[in-house]
Amino acid sequence: MLSWLPRHRDAGACLRQAQAARDEPAMLAAARALAGHSRDAQFTNRIDRLSRAARGAMPASGLTEMRLAMLSSHTVDHLAPAIRVAGLHRNLAIEVHTGEYGQFRGPLIAGDPALERFAPHMILFALDLPSLLAPMPLSAGREPVEASLAEIMDGLRQLWSLARERFGAQPAQQTFLPQAPPLLGSNEAMLPASAWACCTRLNELLRQASQQGDVLLVDPANQLPDIGGEGRLYDEVRWYQAKQLVNPLVAPAYGELVARLAAAVVGRSRKCLVLDLDNTLWGGVVGDDGVDHLRLGQGGAEGEAYLAFQRYVARLAERGIIIAICSKNDHDVARSVFDRHPEMQIAFDDIACFVANWSDKASNLRQIAQTLNIGLDSMVFVDDNPAEREIVRRELPEVAVPELPEDPAGYAQCVADSGYFESLGLTSEDLARSGDYTANNQRAAVRASTTDMDGYLQSLDMTLTAGPISSFDRLRAVQLINKSNQFNLTTRRRTAEELHPLLEDGRTIALAFRLRDRFGDNGLISVIVARPDPSWSGGELLIDTWLMSCRVLGRGVEVAALAALRSAAMQAGATALIGEYRPSGRNGMVEAHYEKLGFERVETDTPGDETFWRMSLQAGQVARHHLTLELTA
Amino acid sequence: MTKDEIYGDLTEVMRDVFDDDDISISAHTTAQDIPGWDSQAHVMLIVAAEQRFGIRFRTAEFETLHNVGDFVDLIMLKLERV
Repeated sequence: MLSWLPRHRDAGACLRQAQAARDEPAMLAAARALAGHSRDAQFTNRIDRLSRAARGAMPASGLTEMRLAMLSSHTVDHLAPAIRVAGLHRNLAIEVHTGEYGQFRGPLIAGDPALERFAPHMILFALDLPSLLAPMPLSAGREPVEASLAEIMDGLRQLWSLARERFGAQPAQQTFLPQAPPLLGSNEAMLPASAWACCTRLNELLRQASQQGDVLLVDPANQLPDIGGEGRLYDEVRWYQAKQLVNPLVAPAYGELVARLAAAVVGRSRKCLVLDLDNTLWGGVVGDDGVDHLRLGQGGAEGEAYLAFQRYVARLAERGIIIAICSKNDHDVARSVFDRHPEMQIAFDDIACFVANWSDKASNLRQIAQTLNIGLDSMVFVDDNPAEREIVRRELPEVAVPELPEDPAGYAQCVADSGYFESLGLTSEDLARSGDYTANNQRAAVRASTTDMDGYLQSLDMTLTAGPISSFDRLRAVQLINKSNQFNLTTRRRTAEELHPLLEDGRTIALAFRLRDRFGDNGLISVIVARPDPSWSGGELLIDTWLMSCRVLGRGVEVAALAALRSAAMQAGATALIGEYRPSGRNGMVEAHYEKLGFERVETDTPGDETFWRMSLQAGQVARHHLTLELTA
Repeated sequence: MTKDEIYGDLTEVMRDVFDDDDISISAHTTAQDIPGWDSQAHVMLIVAAEQRFGIRFRTAEFETLHNVGDFVDLIMLKLERV
């Protein structure tokens, strides 16, 4: 449960000790500390009792006060403790007012002295669909269903307006949970009147309303499966027994959703992500392993996991989260990865504060907070090393330190699950950081406006980078050499050890190709190896290997690649290229590859099925293509 | 599990749920004897007992538990069936 929170070594003893303390500030401090640890529903209730007993200490505690009213059509009292405790961990003192059972309209329309006295900052409507929507015959088509749902939405909009006008409160709405199982299955939408389909559709309408700024959502239907952990969100038994829509076992996760929204509303969401480097942003230790041996990028499972985490961080930066680095490293060595590693997704310029030295991390975090002029309670520190996390938690309890999983594949989800950056949307300042938020619209426009192939390829804005296979490329190149079946002229498999001597031989031309287009970087997508061969004359280079990832078929990449190969071969003093096609049973698509490129068939007396093709470097020409070619040394 | 062991474990469960280390129970203990044992706490008690003993109470059984003795007998019956 709440997997981003660290486990407490002895939470039970800590709780009992605090209960016995009878000193309210100490009790509250203990409750806040325990709230920041992994906890089940029952223990969460006990933390709540402890903090309620210490309420007198809240005003002087620095917690932001937030009064939340929950108006509901079912039982929600069991959720209040979890909301309050989750609030403690997010620097909020949340008071929860739960209305009378089933009373969510009356208090708003006719007025309610208790609610008026409470003066809520936020009113959360937690409703269940059966109490709002009478069952319809399944023969009812889309129109009557839409009309009924529109009526429900009108009713909700009225409640939201009353919350604003009568109480000056921010309205919030819980998404509906499907309580009746589907009747058809995956295609339930074909039966608009089914309860399941109505629930899904109504949630869509709620999301539209949230998009328009009418209401804020608490979205357990979408968000809880990820953070809930144990137990189902809706448990029929609890519904029949106690009219609890949300299973008490998942109350801590539900409380989290509400508290993080409340934090965002009062401006206490965190703003800055501070990252360690080695084994956090890439696999390996740059100081020991060197930049070109880090595990980052395509070509290895772990490298892809780090790549994905970096992409997530880059998106957070784009969203307006401040990125800082805090690493125990030599500054220049750490910096060199940003300058030299081709797979880095986080640009050095995206980093607001870069601290790599050998001082302790707590001091460095303090320095970062000072430099950026933000509070420690705005920071989230992400480090793969449990010992560093523990020290920072001890020294700087204000900093949130999510408990990362051991596997980097889970880093991004862990940061997301923690909800420290919960936000209500992007401000214009957030967006100012990013130039490409319209990429999706552009992509659609490209598809729509393109009817001819040349125009389409032109519009892709492709750049092909060609250069010798570097140490960064080696893993991915070997992977392609051993995996490509279809666009592979010779299907010569080679291990890294077998490839190595070829690359070291000065007479061999071994090229790696990377393709970028307007939608992003496709990475390393093609490999060509050409070398002198005893069967051919001195000036002729045999194309030993030519392969390409099928992801980029049909874009003219091979034509541009030939141009790069020709230029490299001419520089090496060669006079002609010899192409070889060896049928493998799976590479029929490239049978005419050399013919299409303008090579001429050469008859040989070799015994196999392979064919050979020749292109003179003085005479031959490269066909037209739509790629910009960049050659690197 | 013997009946005594179930009483022992259930005592711990109830001490956690009601946050009261002085709770002791017998077959005749009812909700009236324990401060804070309201309907909401009753659900929490059921949930906690289900987790502790690895069992699941049926919807109907919720209403048949009049005292701790009924509760223990039912837990025992369920544990035997497992």
